[in-house]
Amino acid sequence: MKNCEYQQIDPQALPTPTPTPPPHHGKDTEKKKEPRRPRRKWEVFPGKNRFYCDGRIIVARQSGVLPLTLGLILVTSGLFFIFDCPFLVKHLTSCIPVIGGVLFVFVLITLLQTSFTDPGILPRATPDEAADIEKQIARLRSLCFGSDNTGNTSYRPPPRTKEVLINQQVVKLKYCFTCKMFRPPRTSHCSLCDNCVERFDHHCPWVGNCVGKRNYRFFYTFIVSLSFLTAFIFGCVTTHLALRAQGGKGLVFALQESPGSAVELVICFFSVWSILGLSGFHTYLVASNLTTNEDIKGSWSGKSGEDVTNPYSQKNIFINCCSVLCVPMPPSLIDRRGFLPTDESAQTGSADIELPTLAAKSEINVCTQGTKGLLESAALSPLLSTSCPQGKPQNAHSCPETSPALNSDPTSEFSKGCRGNHTSSSHGDTSHPRHTKARSKKCKREALHIPNPAFDVPVSPTSPDAAPDSKAGSHKGGSLTPLH
Amino acid sequence: MFHNLQELRHSASLANKVFIQRDYSEGTTCKFQTKFPSELESRIERTLFEDTVKTLNNYYAEAEKIGGQSYLEGCLACATAYLIFLCMETRYEKVLKKIAKYIQEQNEKIYAPRGLLITDPIERGMRVIEISIYEDRGSSGSSSGSSSVSGSTAR
Repeated sequence: MKNCEYQQIDPQALPTPTPTPPPHHGKDTEKKKEPRRPRRKWEVFPGKNRFYCDGRIIVARQSGVLPLTLGLILVTSGLFFIFDCPFLVKHLTSCIPVIGGVLFVFVLITLLQTSFTDPGILPRATPDEAADIEKQIARLRSLCFGSDNTGNTSYRPPPRTKEVLINQQVVKLKYCFTCKMFRPPRTSHCSLCDNCVERFDHHCPWVGNCVGKRNYRFFYTFIVSLSFLTAFIFGCVTTHLALRAQGGKGLVFALQESPGSAVELVICFFSVWSILGLSGFHTYLVASNLTTNEDIKGSWSGKSGEDVTNPYSQKNIFINCCSVLCVPMPPSLIDRRGFLPTDESAQTGSADIELPTLAAKSEINVCTQGTKGLLESAALSPLLSTSCPQGKPQNAHSCPETSPALNSDPTSEFSKGCRGNHTSSSHGDTSHPRHTKARSKKCKREALHIPNPAFDVPVSPTSPDAAPDSKAGSHKGGSLTPLH
Repeated sequence: MFHNLQELRHSASLANKVFIQRDYSEGTTCKFQTKFPSELESRIERTLFEDTVKTLNNYYAEAEKIGGQSYLEGCLACATAYLIFLCMETRYEKVLKKIAKYIQEQNEKIYAPRGLLITDPIERGMRVIEISIYEDRGSSGSSSGSSSVSGSTAR
């Protein structure tokens, strides 16, 4: 935690502010070719993201295990369509590949939308805003300290927190030192993405992105449809093998005839419980208008003995579901494709002032909304310490480090109710900013599957590692500059 | 007195900025505080300012409203795997355009003549309404603006 000493910042003494604090250490090659080209805002975005297609696609520096997730889904579904569908169509009904196809497409689309959508990143405060907040803090402290010299008996708020009353419930807003602002309620700072995310649920390495306000509905639809798909494939494969083994031929014979089914069976068997459980957990969260983050920390469960209730819950399951899933889609607040103000306008006082003409303003507004940019905005993130906290302690024991296992395994059987352990580990999460991919991947494999060479074969441990790196390498070679 | 936005840009220099913070008393819905900042006391009438903020709050409430129509839209969007968001402008985006137009209009009619400029909250991540206070750069006329504005920085 940074020290709480601060200085009064006089906004008039500030150097010409730019929209982004960090220096531009990555020179983009395009700028060298065309020194006068106006730069887009994604080129100076301070978070740990990379951008492609001139800001249309946003990814994190490492793509997490999204390739693994995609691989598992594609492989399992592919095997299903190749090995099981022909037999089942012949012996049962031709609806089976149709239903399977619809579910598969649904799962894929919602997965990509979850991964590539801006989860609700809050742009960092402009220098003027930061200065204004510093003044506010100074005022608050002087009010608290001013009346009592010793400071012992007067109420001292903890440094840099603000309390607001939301529906008669006191909520503490914390100050984010990176983004230089008081975080709105339910907002949390993701250390891997280095962004504050609104209505932060958790960072999911399977999806390679934070799950927040804007992409929670995609995430929820993804896990629900994935549970249907997994259960459907599992049922079909079981039926297929049962039909083949009929007539005294035996299961071994059936497996020999259709080896792909064996692979599917194993993958689905181990996935279906965790994914079904995850869907159930998130259904509970949606119905009570909670985020995973709040549930883990026990923000509204009254652990501290106070009479606390969730101020965001409407006390009605249907209304809660609608306010989480059916609320109008909020816009993306980071304007990736907007242009930076030119130097001339910066000299009038601040680059932040919207003096530009109406045309530029409307362009910025249109860019901000990014209707077309939804699916194009990828926000894959590296593995993280505060990732899917549904990870189980049982799985943690199988891994050398407990917190990475907990953090990196979102799909273990949480139904056994290990929330208490989650709380203790989640507090340690922030001290583990990153995990190596290999470590957490190992944990995930151990957590999710019994080590079994039969199904390790299609999912080669090295390929997901290699793939993102090669992808990253190929993207780096592209003309668009990755950030940081 | 500044008569339009262009004059503001050319003949004035930025003196100060006032930030209207969010009002979270009703939850995380977008709503700004209507408390009149003291820095603007000498610049604009309280009622005008409050009207502007209240209208903006109403716009945001309209954008985020949950009702029969939003349930239907949500179900339809889910049924299409949310691909519909790629094809259609969302309700929020439509309202944001209206807001941008409204702010532009308010700036032209009310705020620029008083040496003030409102920045659309969407450009500040919906955290604040930033009001820039300008003072006349060197014209012989209104010097009253500068003295009252420079006084407001020392608080």
